[in-house]
Amino acid sequence: MAIERIFPSPNPGTAPYWKAARQHQLSLPKCQACGKFHSYPRSQCPFCSSDKLEWTNCSGAGTIFSYTEVFRAPSKAFAADLPYIVAIVELKEGPHLMTRLVTNDNASVRIGQPVTVAFDDMDEETSLPVFKASQT
Amino acid sequence: MIAANRAAIVGIGESAIGKIEDRSALQLHSDAVHAALADAGLTLNDIDGLITNPVRVEAWNMPCGVVSSYLGIRPSYLLTLDLAGASGAAMVHHAAMAIAAGQCKTVLCVGGQNLLSNKLRAHAVKQMAESGAAHPQFEAPYGPLVASNYALIARRHMHEYGTTPEQMAEVAVTIRKHASLNPNAHKRSLITVDDVMKSPMITSPLKRYDCALVSDGACAAIITSADRARDLKQKPVYLLGQGYGLSHSYVGEYLNLTTSGAVDSGRKAFEMSGLKHSDIDVAELYDCFTITVIIELEDLGFCKKGEGGAFVQGGRIGLDGELPLTTHGGLLSAGHFGLSAGFLHVLEAVRQIRGSAGERQVKDVKTALVHGNGGTIAIHCTLILGGADAA
Repeated sequence: MAIERIFPSPNPGTAPYWKAARQHQLSLPKCQACGKFHSYPRSQCPFCSSDKLEWTNCSGAGTIFSYTEVFRAPSKAFAADLPYIVAIVELKEGPHLMTRLVTNDNASVRIGQPVTVAFDDMDEETSLPVFKASQT
Repeated sequence: MIAANRAAIVGIGESAIGKIEDRSALQLHSDAVHAALADAGLTLNDIDGLITNPVRVEAWNMPCGVVSSYLGIRPSYLLTLDLAGASGAAMVHHAAMAIAAGQCKTVLCVGGQNLLSNKLRAHAVKQMAESGAAHPQFEAPYGPLVASNYALIARRHMHEYGTTPEQMAEVAVTIRKHASLNPNAHKRSLITVDDVMKSPMITSPLKRYDCALVSDGACAAIITSADRARDLKQKPVYLLGQGYGLSHSYVGEYLNLTTSGAVDSGRKAFEMSGLKHSDIDVAELYDCFTITVIIELEDLGFCKKGEGGAFVQGGRIGLDGELPLTTHGGLLSAGHFGLSAGFLHVLEAVRQIRGSAGERQVKDVKTALVHGNGGTIAIHCTLILGGADAA
């Protein structure tokens, strides 16, 4: 029997993020007052409190801000992936995202490494943003 | 001169801590409560306020009601306090506020659970993993352990400041040494830096011994006004100052990662107490992971930012050191039974100030700083405690 993966459950505040991800776009709220992107999505800007936000596509480019190689699965859903890299990516637009770094060389991962978004199609409705080392 | 309405801790108690298979979560609460009452020379009839924390192993609707009802008391002030790992320290302050407001006179603070032995533990751990510390949508699908969130912080701290795994190991080794002198600690056998370095990698750079235990246990304390404390059995330990600090909720959205809300909580607690860092005799710091302690030392101002790794070396945080730290053995070695385990740090501060810490007693302790940290270095509560001769 296949082990159920952990799916995100979109809510009215986050549905645009997941809808864009399904289209293989990384989209985040951008404040129309101060011009800053933020993550995770809120209904007011965490920097200037404005509610003039627009979902805006990001470039998908960023760098590794920090990472960890996980050797113990939090649940059976992740056991087959071990060992895997959980990372925090600093997007070119500023915000951070937690993500999985998809690589066949865990030992090569470094802070500051350039990465690009990719999408893991979990099923027909859900795509999970992950990152890969940028092609140079 | 201690003001009559200043809060005083007048009784402390612990259940057995470790692998305690024959006690339920509520029985552990009861064990700790009765030990604290005996210590204070009080009975349940004297208690008119109760503060507790949520548990993970059982579904309790309204924990403060469940615990009061189990004990057979009907307090006039009730609170279930949840600031994650900062809950223990914060209970003292909330008891002090309830007393100062005239809502009650004598508050019982208690919490704990059989996190190790409860048959539902797998469920609790799974729940923690999937939604406890991680954002359910933006983090949990990637599979971070609770420890992974701290590993991300440790890796970044290493990158920015050159902190080393050996320095982190020094924290685990020192705290274990303190636990070896605590008869009620879960793990008491001594370990070396080499043992830590060779322990299994859990989520790099954190190894097994960089991570807190999972234990069964509960602890309790009784808090009343300085006025009432005067006639009681024990030397009162007073709350001299406290502060809170919050920097973020989820680790993935925190833009800094290496500086915590302890900067704010520490500054406020010191300001309120009127004391300086050099006045602090022992520091009972929250130690869910070794990196946590290093960041707390920096952010609380015991050393400069980035120098926490060097600070913990050379015996400085040992019982005979410049700043004896987490002297009961902490979450790394004395026991970690969830939110309330940070309250053990408060109990230890009381013992050190009373001079009743046995083999691990630090000489001439007048003051103690207690720090609680919740979430992933997210929410902080700092307390400064002292005896009558502290202020």
